[in-house]
Amino acid sequence: MTIESLVWFIPLPPLLAFFIIILITNRWKRASHVIAIGAAMLSWLASMAIYWYANQVEHLGEHPISSSIPWLPIGDTWLTVGVQIDPLAAVTLFFVAWTVLMIFIYSVGYHNYGQPKGDHDRPGIPPHGATISDVQGHMHKVPSIEPMYSRFFAFIGLFAFGMYLLVISDNLLTLFIGWEIMGLCSYLLIGFWYAKLSARAAMIKAFLTTRVGDVFMLLGIAYLYSVTGTLNYRDILHNPEVLHELGTTASGFLGLSVAGLVGLLLFIGAVGKSAQWPLHVWLPDAMEGPTPVSAMIHAATMVSAGVYLTLRIFPLLATGMEHGHLTPTMQVVAFIGAFTALFAATIAIAQNDIKRVLAYSTISQLGFMFAAIGIGAYIAAAFHLVMHAFFKALLFLGSGSVIHGVEHGVFHTGENVDPQDMFNMGGLRKKMPITFITFLIGGLALAGFPLITAGFWSKDEIFADAFGHNHTAVFITLALAALLTAYYTMRQITLTFLGEPRSKAADHASENVWTMTVPLIILAIFSLVLGWVGIPEDFPVVGNIIPNYAHEFVGETLLVEPKPVTFNFVPLITSIVVSLGGLGLGWLVYRKTKAGAADPQERVLGAVYTLLQNKYYFDELYDFLFVRPAYWVAEKFSYLWMDRKIIDGFLNWIAHLTSLIGNFLRNFIDMPIINGFGDWIGESTKKLSAILRPIQTGRIQQYMILALVTVAGFTALFYYLLVYGR
Amino acid sequence: MVPISWYLIFAAALFCIGLFGVLARKNAIAILMGIELMLNAVNINLVAFWRYGTPRDISGQAFAVMVFAVAAAEVAVGLALFISVYRRRRTVAADEIDLLKW
Amino acid sequence: MTIDQILFILVAAATLGAALLVVTSRNLIHAALWLIVSLFGISIFYVFLNAGFLAVVQVVVYIGAIAILMIFAIMLTRRVADTPGPRFNSNWIWAVLISVVLFGTISWIISSWPGINGTKPGLVEAFDPVQKLGVALVSPEAYVIPFELASVLLLAALIGAIIVAWERE
Repeated sequence: MTIESLVWFIPLPPLLAFFIIILITNRWKRASHVIAIGAAMLSWLASMAIYWYANQVEHLGEHPISSSIPWLPIGDTWLTVGVQIDPLAAVTLFFVAWTVLMIFIYSVGYHNYGQPKGDHDRPGIPPHGATISDVQGHMHKVPSIEPMYSRFFAFIGLFAFGMYLLVISDNLLTLFIGWEIMGLCSYLLIGFWYAKLSARAAMIKAFLTTRVGDVFMLLGIAYLYSVTGTLNYRDILHNPEVLHELGTTASGFLGLSVAGLVGLLLFIGAVGKSAQWPLHVWLPDAMEGPTPVSAMIHAATMVSAGVYLTLRIFPLLATGMEHGHLTPTMQVVAFIGAFTALFAATIAIAQNDIKRVLAYSTISQLGFMFAAIGIGAYIAAAFHLVMHAFFKALLFLGSGSVIHGVEHGVFHTGENVDPQDMFNMGGLRKKMPITFITFLIGGLALAGFPLITAGFWSKDEIFADAFGHNHTAVFITLALAALLTAYYTMRQITLTFLGEPRSKAADHASENVWTMTVPLIILAIFSLVLGWVGIPEDFPVVGNIIPNYAHEFVGETLLVEPKPVTFNFVPLITSIVVSLGGLGLGWLVYRKTKAGAADPQERVLGAVYTLLQNKYYFDELYDFLFVRPAYWVAEKFSYLWMDRKIIDGFLNWIAHLTSLIGNFLRNFIDMPIINGFGDWIGESTKKLSAILRPIQTGRIQQYMILALVTVAGFTALFYYLLVYGR
Repeated sequence: MVPISWYLIFAAALFCIGLFGVLARKNAIAILMGIELMLNAVNINLVAFWRYGTPRDISGQAFAVMVFAVAAAEVAVGLALFISVYRRRRTVAADEIDLLKW
Repeated sequence: MTIDQILFILVAAATLGAALLVVTSRNLIHAALWLIVSLFGISIFYVFLNAGFLAVVQVVVYIGAIAILMIFAIMLTRRVADTPGPRFNSNWIWAVLISVVLFGTISWIISSWPGINGTKPGLVEAFDPVQKLGVALVSPEAYVIPFELASVLLLAALIGAIIVAWERE
């Protein structure tokens, strides 16, 4: 098997797992998860093999591992689709494979494999616990197994297929196919517990919002295809002549060049998929799905796809960039990224649900990455993408572990509290130590704790680039966002793990099974050490010990390798200050929070706190601007007026006209003429026969007379004709 | 010295009288009598032609003998039929035997 | 007018007269008796035509068997206390018409035939048609097959008549 066919193989095991589970093993839970995890493991193995191989190749950016087939005949030529592993794809493949595998394993424990079936559990509602009796005959309520267990694994298998397809593809078309498959799976998985009204609303909201972005993305793809005649990365993004051509031709729209317009349209697709402002509204609601879904789709992989796409089309965005002067599209990207980073961070500090904080945190961190791309810091953005995937997945899985543990406490005590509200938790560091340590590591990485966490190195890279290229506004915005990030992270950790339990359920929480904790540990290790591959070479003390793999390897993806920015103390100091400062502030404010106490921020911020907690009322705004008019159009206009009155009316009129014509034809043509003719024939035959019938008298003498008269007549006739007339 | 034409005309007359009897008489047995007359007229014709045509060749007489036989057979069966009909219908008037009427 | 012709005319008139009376008699027995008379006249004609055997056969078969049979039939199909009904059916005019037309046609055809006035050829002395007839009827080169068939026919008629007239209990 050649290395290229191994690349083709990578997405296939999860797809096969999807089909096998759906068609065959849906009833057998163990078989389903074995198949799914087996598939994830196969893909992981293949990905690691490819990654290892890719690192052996000299100048992978010049000679990526690629293979393509002609797929669609179009006119004279063929549309070719294929695979391409260049450095960017290789590192993306690395983190996708790891996070997917970890989350698959985690799902086994999360969905309570091995637990008894629930008392009132039905497919479509979250499991509500089973009552069992122990040796002494006491009735306990314990967590119950998810009824739709196999279905979950089938869907995440399909999702994994979509993500792998997106990563390995060498053209925008198959990328878009993978993109849309992931959108579908996101829809299906957010609404996994479809009997919950909130879940159904959230799934539709997610799908429609990302659809808005996807429409623009498709426009961008179509426009690009119509201008260049191809969608292949190599032909467009790695081709200086094409890039120059696209960059200098005016598109006639908003004064942008063709490259700029295409980049902008594709970026809008990324805005939708990565939940940036203004299309951010779906991601917090997407937390309705099970936590592994939140971790995989809405933290590590699907939302990363938007960043991946933007990184991919970076040459299109950056063409025309001279001496660090950003192109208009890049300015838009940087603005949206920076704005979203700060915007989401401000909302995150006022959220009480453990998963919502992380959701807004994801939006904010993606904003960091887009801001980095926007200012041209390609390596920094890619670096942060990979790091963020690991620690965000870790944080989400950790939060899932916390929720699981508190739910266990809820079942045990029978207390009716929301297991996801951080104000009902506290003191969990004693009850769930592994979860605590790993969550702490992840949180510190997110906050950018200096030197030892991965997040520090990647965020520092972004700051250094922003400062070094004099993008001051972006630098200050991102610094503020980083401060808030550290603050709300520590707020979250303090409320959840430190202090004393604020509810009986938290008091009775317990640690989870190994299938849930082992992935946490593995991801935590990555979050600690992975950052060291990106230490800048001229960093004081620790620079130059390890080569800057991020720059050297990932940088080869572009035609022109970006130069690393020279070291400056300002961004470093800023990064350390905001990180430690935010962490400390968060701990100070929340370390003494008691049960039933209100959030101290309420008192300090007052009305601003309400604004933040209600997410700046964007949902209500969109509802007013878009959703209600859409409903109005659907109901009053399309349905009642167009459909019922006009279309149905027209059809009814045609039916009426047809029946008029029919009646006319029947009464004036069919009955008199045709029926009449038929009847006339019958009647006249009867009359004729009545006239002729008396000939048959039954008396043979009359017959004989008749015969003889006839013979005499004929004889005379023949005689006259033949003899006499001669 | 009798020309053949006399015999032929005589046979024709007899034939026509017999035909009249067949067509016009009501009683079935009277019809049979008419048929007999017709057959006899035919016989006369045959024998006349034999005598005046080829008296050495006896075929004419042989033919006439056959006609006798046939006529006898036919009368026997016909009368048997009339007797059978009479038993059923109590009549031998030809125009009352009209079951084949429409 | 030779004696042949006079005799011929006399016998012909008698036969035709009797025939007319056959077809117009009201009383069926009278009709049968007149039939016997006309059959007798026919047999005289056979004698005139040197067909002596036929003349005797005529008397024996026709008069002796057939006419007697008819009288039997008349007796068997007579309703007691029956006034003879009308002789003719409703179409007798047509019958008259047809007979007359037919007679006229035949006569006209005969008169336009060239051999109309052919006379009898002379007879060879010791002319014995009976022996010749007998030989002809049983000789295989002559008419034995029709003869045998005629006997079969008579057998069939015999059996058939018996069966048709069989009285069912």
